Amino acid sequence: MPKTLFEKIWDKHVVESIEDGPDVLYIDKHFIHEVTSPQAFAELEKRSLPVFRPERTIATADHNVPTLHQELPIKEALSRKQVEKLTENCAKYGVELYGLGHPFQGIVHVIGPELGITQPGMTIVCGDSHTSTHGAFGTIAFGIGTSEVGMVLATQCIMQSRPKVMRINVEGTLNPGVVSKDIILHIISKISASGATGYFVEYAGSTIRSLSMEARMTICNMSIEMGARGGMIAPDETTFAYMRGRKFAPQGEEWDKKMEEWKQLKTDDDAVFDRELHINAADIEPMITYGTNPGQGMGITSTVPDPDKLEDESERNALRKSLNYMGFKGGEKLLGMHVQNVFIGSCTNSRIEDFRMIAALIKGKKKSPDINVMIVPGSQQVAAQIMKEGLDKIFTESGFFIRQPGCSACLGMNEDKVPPGEYCVSTSNRNFEGRQGPNARTILASPLTAAATALTGKISDARELMKTVSA
Amino acid sequence: MSKAISIIKSTAVPLNVENVDTDQIIPARFLKATNREGFGKNLFRDWRYIDNDENKPHKDFVLNDSTWSGKILLTGKNFGCGSSREHAAWAIKDYGFDVVVSSFFADIFRNNALNNFLLPVVVSEKFLSELFEAVTSNPSTEITVDLPAQTISLPDGRSESFQISAYKKTCLLNGYDDINYLLSQREKIEAFEKTF
Repeated sequence: MPKTLFEKIWDKHVVESIEDGPDVLYIDKHFIHEVTSPQAFAELEKRSLPVFRPERTIATADHNVPTLHQELPIKEALSRKQVEKLTENCAKYGVELYGLGHPFQGIVHVIGPELGITQPGMTIVCGDSHTSTHGAFGTIAFGIGTSEVGMVLATQCIMQSRPKVMRINVEGTLNPGVVSKDIILHIISKISASGATGYFVEYAGSTIRSLSMEARMTICNMSIEMGARGGMIAPDETTFAYMRGRKFAPQGEEWDKKMEEWKQLKTDDDAVFDRELHINAADIEPMITYGTNPGQGMGITSTVPDPDKLEDESERNALRKSLNYMGFKGGEKLLGMHVQNVFIGSCTNSRIEDFRMIAALIKGKKKSPDINVMIVPGSQQVAAQIMKEGLDKIFTESGFFIRQPGCSACLGMNEDKVPPGEYCVSTSNRNFEGRQGPNARTILASPLTAAATALTGKISDARELMKTVSA
Repeated sequence: MSKAISIIKSTAVPLNVENVDTDQIIPARFLKATNREGFGKNLFRDWRYIDNDENKPHKDFVLNDSTWSGKILLTGKNFGCGSSREHAAWAIKDYGFDVVVSSFFADIFRNNALNNFLLPVVVSEKFLSELFEAVTSNPSTEITVDLPAQTISLPDGRSESFQISAYKKTCLLNGYDDINYLLSQREKIEAFEKTF
């Protein structure tokens, strides 16, 4: 029977199917971090259990770490204790840790792929909903809760019901100035923040095929923002070229053997999806969000939808509540609006290509004096590469400062927060109320839009600045 | 103390908001603890207090209004979306809820709730409005959630059945954890690894 890529990988990892219950699913790689793992280790301790397969778990500190002076002890006592607990647990249970100060430290979904730990055909979990990022390599990767982290530590398995499968086909050529972040924000705005709940999504089509691995990761990363269990893209030559030679990627004969397996990882021609969606790349504009969930997005030149024009009462109330929080009115244009903050970072957009894209735009221009900009690379390796390519000089000359790696203002768990009531154009993944700090107002956008905004101090269309460059 | 749940008869707290994300349920800045206890006091923190000040409660927020109490939380669709933080389920359970009712839940939250013996009950949009209507018009309305029978009922007899897998139902009725089941399957897992 023809199978989807998802079904091929899932079926291969089922240890047992419980009748009228979940499947017991074997997990190839498990990433952990300081925030969602301490209670899982406590569970092992309570039951006097070892970590079943310690070599299959990799740890890093990212959610709760400072992005300045990482060489010093963490100032905030609770954060310090949480990071210390991770170090202690990893040492005690024999888990590899890329903690603060380690050259591989960084956001968990940035380091897995860049180290070659993430490989096609794997099942990957982490106590973080953006684990879907790893799906860009043709893996089944999804976020889990802490009880499940404990299960993986204790047995290398979790219990999951098989989700339905959806394929989203994006076809055609992207317009200039439109990047992968715009693709995914466009998709979510079409399908809504809950439109893919219960599904695992495969992204396909000529547009997706044309994207680099880092651009694909940005798309898979935000699958959860439409409710999907995860998102994936079949591996191809782009995937293999990215992986070859990475630290933990297979080498020599092992590489050739794996390549044979990986080339089989695609959806069969006649396979049937529970739902299929078609997107025309030419319809996509640079995107921004206007509301308090990632489904509330629009083209940057559009106007905020008017709640009074919505027929459904609950939708009308929900939109009113979002606009009220954001301080926006229906029918209003956001382009040109003054904002106080820009955040460039997070597991969505903090990889080297993001920095190259931004550097090309800001080169020879100056940061607006009345905007606060936080720029946070995704990992130590990304930070090192920025230096190696001399991009740091371009940032410095334009008046920007680059911080140290971590999740930072994406979730405002450390001191990197957006002040109450202020706006932030952010390359992160969530515009929820208070996500970037109590009463902070987040506008999600691509790195290009965020950088253009940092230059002008107003929500800006990077295409306008790009015209100046070519003129 | 047994974690098992069976029949819950209680008044309900109506939170008629859609797309409630886990950042609202428990903001990230309260995730710094290394144990599972005590998250209830920060449940819906930023909706409960003005300027994050415990002395300045938002009086009209349901948790601050003494009209509403009980072990059942009624909520709008897509409850628990966003972050996978299990702290959200811990906070709701710690606050004193045993059941959350919605027309649908985000996938990760649903698993996290079940793993903490917090029962997510999915009802139709229509029945959800009836529940909201009944509770808001009479706060002393008692809702009965009968896990063995898989039904949720109002005192006037209006009722709907809800889905739960036979496996998970057995777990909840008996206080079994998934981890216990998985640990009992260690031999099978080891055998699987050899063929893998």
